[in-house]
Amino acid sequence: MTNGNLMAGKRGLIMGVANNRSIAYGIAKAVRAQGAELAFSYQGEALKRRVVPLAAELGSELVVECDVTDDAAMDATFAQVKKAWGGLDFLVHAIAFSDRSELEGRYIETSAENFAQTMNISVYSLTAVAKRAEPLMTEGGSILTLTYYGAEKYMPNYNVMGVAKAALECSVRYLAADLGPQSIRVNAISAGAIKTLAASGIGGLRTMLAYQEANAPLRKNVTIDEVGNAGLYFLSDLSSGTTGEIHHVDAGYNITGMKSFTD
Amino acid sequence: MSDIADRVRKIVVEHLNVEGEKVTEKASFIDDLGADSLDQVELVMAFEEEFNVEIPDDAAEAIQTFGDAVSFLEKAAK
Repeated sequence: MTNGNLMAGKRGLIMGVANNRSIAYGIAKAVRAQGAELAFSYQGEALKRRVVPLAAELGSELVVECDVTDDAAMDATFAQVKKAWGGLDFLVHAIAFSDRSELEGRYIETSAENFAQTMNISVYSLTAVAKRAEPLMTEGGSILTLTYYGAEKYMPNYNVMGVAKAALECSVRYLAADLGPQSIRVNAISAGAIKTLAASGIGGLRTMLAYQEANAPLRKNVTIDEVGNAGLYFLSDLSSGTTGEIHHVDAGYNITGMKSFTD
Repeated sequence: MSDIADRVRKIVVEHLNVEGEKVTEKASFIDDLGADSLDQVELVMAFEEEFNVEIPDDAAEAIQTFGDAVSFLEKAAK
């Protein structure tokens, strides 16, 4: 963690920390070390219990509930942020959900119901929170979401989440165009596979991690701190010239066309 | 008690914030030790890390008690 003041005076809402392995926690740590003031949102008591101590550790007392499937609940979350801070400088969206049973086997078996739920929670929620963040970002701002390579290419078991991430990446471009005139930037980090609580729901995660480590140009899997440092770039003024971007933090895996010959 | 049992108990005590003596062979993580379903997943991830093993989903679902965890990990160590 590099200490500094790149984020001094900036206040941001981190949505989607589950525990200390969460990518959103890696981002929160990186921006906190540079002086950001943080708020966190959680969904449900089980996650609240996990988020509160991590928020405290990062100097945050503003921990609010947010169910992104409920318009009124989202209104209430942003009203709380407005009441506490009056404005908002950045937002991290690290939220996705799909029925675990559909994150293995054939994509073609996806049910209409889970398809709609996955799209609603994992895709539409970014647009819904961006819409509510916009009026709070009166001085401009930065919105960051998380995606995965399974949006671009077929990945075994990723299935409906890959389809959702493709739509999420496209949402980033449309939101970037809508919000650009107000100096609000919208970007995504496409992180390599990381063993998080959420990723543990994806079938064959360990095989994926081993394969990517063996074949990524940098011959490693990335950490939440490496993603956090890229997050710092997007959430600070360092990226003031960049919006609508899908930035890979994946040890270079996405540029490879086939498995490595070595080993 | 084996070395493996001691290491498993240490993880359980730290993660669930319970007294070591409550972590008996038959103690169910959820029913007796106050774990929720996310704790269950986090415990399995912690066991995998500590013992450098892979616990497949179906095996993970079968690990309901401290004794289940120890016997799985003892077998995996052989």
